[in-house]
Amino acid sequence: MSAFTDGKTARAGVRGGSAWIPTVILILGALYCLLPLYWLVAAASKLPGELFTLPSFLPGFSGGLWENIASLTNYRSGRYWLWTWNSLIYAGGGAALSTMVSAMAGYGLAKYNFAGRGLVFGFLLGAVLIPGVVLAVPQYLLMSKLGLASTYWSVLIPSIVSPLGIYLCRVYAAAVIPDELLEAGRIDGASEVRIFFSIGLAPMIPGLITVFLLQFVGIWNNFLLPFIMLADERLFPLTVGLYTMVNQGTEQPGVYTLIITGALVSILPLIALFLLLQRYWRLDLISGSVKG
Amino acid sequence: MRRKRYHPVPPITPWLFVGPAVALSLFTILAPFVYSIMLSLRGIRVSGGGLGRREEVFVGLANYWTALTNAELWAGFGRMLTVGIITVPLILGFALLFALMLDVPRVRFARFSRIAIFVPYAVPGVIASLMWGFIYLPGVSPIREIAANLGLPQPDFFTRDSVYWSISNIVIWGGVGFNMVILFTALRGIPADLYDAARIDGCNEWQIARHIKLPLLLPAIVLTGLFSLIGMIQLFSEPTTLEPLSNAVSTTWVPMMLVYRDTFVAQSLHAGAATSILIAVLTTFASVVLFWITRRRSQGGRT
Repeated sequence: MSAFTDGKTARAGVRGGSAWIPTVILILGALYCLLPLYWLVAAASKLPGELFTLPSFLPGFSGGLWENIASLTNYRSGRYWLWTWNSLIYAGGGAALSTMVSAMAGYGLAKYNFAGRGLVFGFLLGAVLIPGVVLAVPQYLLMSKLGLASTYWSVLIPSIVSPLGIYLCRVYAAAVIPDELLEAGRIDGASEVRIFFSIGLAPMIPGLITVFLLQFVGIWNNFLLPFIMLADERLFPLTVGLYTMVNQGTEQPGVYTLIITGALVSILPLIALFLLLQRYWRLDLISGSVKG
Repeated sequence: MRRKRYHPVPPITPWLFVGPAVALSLFTILAPFVYSIMLSLRGIRVSGGGLGRREEVFVGLANYWTALTNAELWAGFGRMLTVGIITVPLILGFALLFALMLDVPRVRFARFSRIAIFVPYAVPGVIASLMWGFIYLPGVSPIREIAANLGLPQPDFFTRDSVYWSISNIVIWGGVGFNMVILFTALRGIPADLYDAARIDGCNEWQIARHIKLPLLLPAIVLTGLFSLIGMIQLFSEPTTLEPLSNAVSTTWVPMMLVYRDTFVAQSLHAGAATSILIAVLTTFASVVLFWITRRRSQGGRT
């Protein structure tokens, strides 16, 4: 093979040394993505007074970060950590429920032929095209009609149905669960529900983790739905809480560093989740699913 | 795909699995939609002169007419579209560029760059807007500081015109990584012997990218384009978060902010419902049309 490829002009930058131009382009992209975050870290490490005086990209060295975290903790007697806890409940609980519902629906759609299957699937595909944003106000109106507005449920319930999640589960179930295994279960006389839990679910787990992560990030990052649904600030997730901090006025001196520190602390759990669970980000499911 | 034969299962069984999802989507997607349509056809009217009672009556399409003749709604659509015209091609372009660069043999720091570019996906739009908002804000802006140190004029990120770029930059920063990873995983799925065959035929890396990778990536590009378009319609967090920081962003900068103001600040449920149904219909129509066009094109282009 090398006899052919070595001869021609073929591999400008491929053989013999690194491909420098692509490397430089990627490094520039990485810098664009990381520099603002670095600035956030540097700014959060400064005392309120230092924010305007020290050079932007130099961190503060007078213990500003701990002081800022302490004032964040004191902010309205621990409101910030309550918001963090709420975000975890919405994102964790919502993603878990969503993954379960998607797994069952995806399995049902992939492994059974039944009247109405096409209709259900078509409806779900259509729902992907309706942006969640335009549903938020109608959902609020209905929830308040039912007396559920401004409760945990008003944010959790609309987060459960994920058309994309169901779609991915269907593709994944069709690909990884052999029909023969299900048939064998049936011949052994197991019930359909039992077959799902004992045979169908296990091979789907890698795909389910991807669906869980997508939903977790989606709910954690959501702003409009909780912003519209919740009136009681003790129920706010971090996104809405931090927004109200900005909205209540950037006039007072200490507020800038408080918000900057709050923003930094709020993104750490998700970035940690990302780096730890990297190998579970099976996004090939998404790109693979359009080829079929 | 050939339909498989199954052992007879009771017809109710599949619904045990599909049922929860169907019930929940009826409750969270269809019912709110129907309920808002009903609300949008009603309104508060005062009957019997100045001291009359305020009551809710059927008003037909009056709310829709009010919404459609509201110049601010159309201005909002215009601003949303402007941001979309800037962001969608740039997100797709950069995502494609980075994905192709990651796929070049012997590229250095590929793993580091891939993770770094994906990281902003983990940052909520509100938090990203807060962060960039401060980076733009006179007094703390590092960019203005650098410009001042170099003796350059300090850029103003919050003028009537520059604010489009300021908001677009936040959207692009948050959107490139996810799309890049989708395109990159699709690239990884292309069998390597295709490239070997092309190299034997004397193709260089550029030609391989242009004539093999791009056509095979087309379905994934269509998908990411659709995601970016839906993202544009959802534009709400970024302008809402920047609004307290800048006079250049009004409280009705995009249509969704207008709906929010109508419903919650002006306490006019019926007007808010009508506007949100209008937005839903227009945007759903737009995404269906786009989906249809791109699908036809990508299928026409495939062999």
